[in-house]
Amino acid sequence: MENFYGFFLDNLLIIYLLAFTVLLGFEIIAKVPTVLHTPLMSGSNAISGVVVIGAILLVRLTEPTDYLTLSLGFAGIVLGMINAAGGFVVTDRMLEMFKKKKK
Amino acid sequence: MLLTFIIEIFFLLGSIGFIWGLRLMSSPDTARKGNIYAGVGMTLAIIAALIMPLDGNVPNNYIWIFAALIVGTIIGYYSAIKVAMTSMPQMVSIFNGLGGACAVVLGLADVLHYYDGTKVVDTLGFFTVLLTLFIGGVAFTGSIFAYAKLEDLVDDKKVTLPKHSVINMVMLAGLIGLGAYILMQGEAIGMEAAIIFLVISLIYGVSFVAPIGGADMPVVISLLNSFSGLSGAAAGILFDSQFMVVGGILVGASGTILTVMMCNAMNRSIWNVLIGGFGGTSAIGATATGGTVKEISLNDASIQLYYSQSVIIVPGYGLAVAQAQKICKEIDDQLSANGVDVKYAIHPVAGRMPGHMNVLLAEADVPYPKLLDLDEANSALSSADVAIIVGANDVVNPAAENDPGSPIYGMPVLKVWNAKSVIVLKRSMRSGYAGIENPLFFHERTKMLFGDAKDVLSKLNSEIKSL
Repeated sequence: MENFYGFFLDNLLIIYLLAFTVLLGFEIIAKVPTVLHTPLMSGSNAISGVVVIGAILLVRLTEPTDYLTLSLGFAGIVLGMINAAGGFVVTDRMLEMFKKKKK
Repeated sequence: MLLTFIIEIFFLLGSIGFIWGLRLMSSPDTARKGNIYAGVGMTLAIIAALIMPLDGNVPNNYIWIFAALIVGTIIGYYSAIKVAMTSMPQMVSIFNGLGGACAVVLGLADVLHYYDGTKVVDTLGFFTVLLTLFIGGVAFTGSIFAYAKLEDLVDDKKVTLPKHSVINMVMLAGLIGLGAYILMQGEAIGMEAAIIFLVISLIYGVSFVAPIGGADMPVVISLLNSFSGLSGAAAGILFDSQFMVVGGILVGASGTILTVMMCNAMNRSIWNVLIGGFGGTSAIGATATGGTVKEISLNDASIQLYYSQSVIIVPGYGLAVAQAQKICKEIDDQLSANGVDVKYAIHPVAGRMPGHMNVLLAEADVPYPKLLDLDEANSALSSADVAIIVGANDVVNPAAENDPGSPIYGMPVLKVWNAKSVIVLKRSMRSGYAGIENPLFFHERTKMLFGDAKDVLSKLNSEIKSL
């Protein structure tokens, strides 16, 4: 339990960040109208591509001879990047259809 | 020092880009800009991750990184350009799965380095590793399996085992037990236990999606979306990256809200969706209504539509399957030209993911102010002359309102029977996805128009043209 208290006190800032981001997220997303739920999902999907950041850092820190980790990191970057790039592009495609028609 | 400062500014701007971008999603007019902000935020963060100074020996391995970035971007870009709008649920599922898989890879690398002694991780750190493996693993295999279901590659009934919910519970309990054991033992038990933990998580992902199907798919996709975000946030804690945590949590929040909305739209608790497969247990209990069904001729239908004040079209997934959105829009144009007020009533679970029907109609150039959500539609329906139902069934079932014995009793529905008259386009008298009888078809104001949605709509279109 001591361990847990210590963790909480040492990481107070990140815990604040977690709490506020959760609240902020609920607050912003509740305002998105039903019409846009599919683009919202694919757009937020692209945001979940943030994992690619972790994969980049992983590869940068890996010994050039450690092929197992390098391969894992390579796969991670490819997967995360498909998610991010594909997500933003497909969302843009959808939202383009929602733009106001000029009469 | 300066470099670190710039890097951190990039990450900060990246997070703001995400938040501001999502905020702009609250209106169709600004949503596209919002998506671009989020994309710019991601780009800034990727640049920052490439050049940020790191402690200790940093080999960088830029060739590997750039090769992977290019491969990923090309694959992502082309699949996004090629995908058909009807296949959006499949696309989102695959992307969810890839995000989860990426998180699994990151967790796995930490596991390797923990056990070969190259990385020191404390108990709570290792708890986060296990969490990343679990959430990422479930998001990964669950999404891939959901994709297979959406593509009709698997039969819902064949993949549901007897006592499936019990099996899932046992697996989940096993994961918690094994996780606790690994954390208590530390390095003493070796890497195998963590690998077994991952394998069970992967199996659990498939097993948890297996019994859910049909009308519940929008819930599953939303939930997996939330998981893929949370796995990113967990990986963010591993890498001590506030940026990843912010991004992951935002996605988690979005997925959670959509999950709750979808459940509310079906009047079912999330627990109910996860435990019981739709149709399996609930198909019984519907009271057979019987009565006479009135048909309407194409000619009468076209005259009725053409000379009314207001028409509300209620599209269901059947419309999308028949690829009839464009013809629907043509009819809309003809009626509008004659002064008829045409609107579309969209139920939240029309289509196979949240908001899917809106996208399909937007693709057919229907302007979004014509798309009414549940509440708007229900108030518009009470003053509408004609409600025309194309390929929808359960979402217009009056039993949800007035038959406590019906399995969908309490589900919010489009009250089409409040319109002065109702025309139902339907292939046959077969009941809907959920296998529930629909008394609407026998309603005094209802007339049926039998046939394939696309076929009937085209005929209707030419009838109206000749008026």
